[in-house]
Amino acid sequence: MEHTSLIERILRGLALTLVVIFFMFPILWIFMMSFQTNETILRIPPQLIFEPTLANYTALITGKLMTAAGTLDIAFMRNLWNSVFLSVTSVAVSLLLGVPAAYAFARHKFRGSEDIAFTLLSFKFAPALLVLLPLTLYFQKLGLANTYIGLIWVYQLICLPLILWIVRGYFEDIPADIEYAYRIGGHSWFATFRKIALPLAGPGIAAAGLLAFIFAWNNFVFALVLASADKQPVTVGALAFITSSGIQYGQISAAIVLSITPTLALALYAQRYLVEGLSLGAVKG
Amino acid sequence: MASLELKNIVKRYKSHTVLDDLSLTVADGETLVLFGPSGAGKTVLLRLIAGVIDPDEGKILIGGEDMTDVDAEFRGIGMAFQNFALFPHMSAFDNIATPLEAKRSSQGAIKAGVESVAKLLKIAHVLSHKPRALSNGQKQRTALARALVGSPPLLLLDDPLRNVDAKLRFEMRLELPRLLADRGATVLYVTQDYKEAMALGDRIAVMSQGTIRQLGTPEQIYREPANIEIARLFGDPTINLLDVKPARDARGVYVGLSNVQVHLAEAPETAIGRDCIIGLRPEALHFVGENEPGAIPVTVEAETPLNEKIVTLVRTVRGREILVSRPAGTAGRDEGKAHIAVDGKSALLFDHSSGERIGAKNVVKLRNGEAA
Repeated sequence: MEHTSLIERILRGLALTLVVIFFMFPILWIFMMSFQTNETILRIPPQLIFEPTLANYTALITGKLMTAAGTLDIAFMRNLWNSVFLSVTSVAVSLLLGVPAAYAFARHKFRGSEDIAFTLLSFKFAPALLVLLPLTLYFQKLGLANTYIGLIWVYQLICLPLILWIVRGYFEDIPADIEYAYRIGGHSWFATFRKIALPLAGPGIAAAGLLAFIFAWNNFVFALVLASADKQPVTVGALAFITSSGIQYGQISAAIVLSITPTLALALYAQRYLVEGLSLGAVKG
Repeated sequence: MASLELKNIVKRYKSHTVLDDLSLTVADGETLVLFGPSGAGKTVLLRLIAGVIDPDEGKILIGGEDMTDVDAEFRGIGMAFQNFALFPHMSAFDNIATPLEAKRSSQGAIKAGVESVAKLLKIAHVLSHKPRALSNGQKQRTALARALVGSPPLLLLDDPLRNVDAKLRFEMRLELPRLLADRGATVLYVTQDYKEAMALGDRIAVMSQGTIRQLGTPEQIYREPANIEIARLFGDPTINLLDVKPARDARGVYVGLSNVQVHLAEAPETAIGRDCIIGLRPEALHFVGENEPGAIPVTVEAETPLNEKIVTLVRTVRGREILVSRPAGTAGRDEGKAHIAVDGKSALLFDHSSGERIGAKNVVKLRNGEAA
């Protein structure tokens, strides 16, 4: 028994290591590339040992890209700020609109409520490229093209259905009796929403908000078409590293590391909040 | 003043009618128990009265005022739920305080109010705990405290003892009547436990399939059940039910049980010659000597002592099984052949096909809930 369990342990450890290496390798490689110059990156065969350099990060932060053809201005920090601003504002607007809507869909079965909820979800089914052409034309007419407001509006297509459907599930999980008890105690429906439903669905709202943030952050195609250089987020901004004198692998890697850091930090911070989940100890299960 | 009056309440879910033309009046200060099997519509009825769901038809009057279209928060009702429905993110203190906060009471008044009701319900020492950290008994008392704290004139208690253990249920069954009487509130109490119904109710309304089948004092429901179903629900051990066909001789109406003529006092004439079911409470049967008049020969099958009483299962010569109950410490037979006699006064006769009690005053026809 002892013998087999030892082999089992070793095999399991080995299998886990393989899985982790398989999934983490690209990220690890990018992290390593971000500390190398283009020359060391493109050396054949690739080498694990190199002399680390911070040149890529300095170039990004100062906004001066040194290439063989000369110095190039890049707006990476501006892009990073755009990403933060667009994602945060979009999620905030989505939460403001989506959470009350989710509550309405969860608690009040009105005529056509299922249809409306499904229509909102179906926004996610349409291929983005299909939507983009008419949207671009409309936005140009309305003067919304290349504005933050226009982008945030389009980002609602990404964030709102997600938040609506996740949060609705959490609201539905709150036993109706708990809300009834508060109302019968003499509180209005709005007070019940604020003091009972919102706190109890808190972890769900946080999870939905985080997911929506990640989706908004990673969006590429909406921003590519609808925003010009000064409104572009990092996902689009990274294209600037494909220059006439070659692809700047080192800077791209550094840009990727910088751009995944906020989402990674947020996910790590929110993790315990997300795992905590709903614990309704007051109601017998 | 908070009498409660329900007029022709109808509630449907899709095509299913949950409450069917139900009317009921509860006097100010009265405790009325709604008793019935699950699915009878008791909980739906309480929610209608509380105002969290709306009736399809009918009127709800509280203290003489039409409250049918008034929102739940303005009805001034206290309610305790079967599953407690405590707010999981608030301490027991804050849970109990919510009805007082709604009235915009001062901090001092809230503290005093919560503490006095907590003391009454013996949960003063756990007020700082979250519901998660409370035992089932404490949760139940917290839920009751929350219902009581605002001194509402009308209290709705939805099977509050359902989810607590037997010992606590017994304790609360003794405590509750005094607690409710002290408050002077009108109480509507839902339960599925007939002992609870008998112990707490000034009157009992027996519900089934969305209507009130019988309304009366606990004594009336037990002695004069409207039909077989109600006779079965009340009483432990269950009532004995045997097929009979009453006949008449010089001494009056009698039924044949194992070829022995048992005369029934007060038996209605209408029962003669009809296929009937006779209901005999186990305590209306007793063991007698072989030569007593009306002695029915039986074989003792099993005996179960239940502290205060002894229940014996006997089999008649026709093979029918009957339960006989007698107070502990009295003589009886625990094996072999024996004889039993029937107390003809407490026998109940039911119509075989409809199950309605024969000779019941028009309570049977009571679709609208008002007592005859």
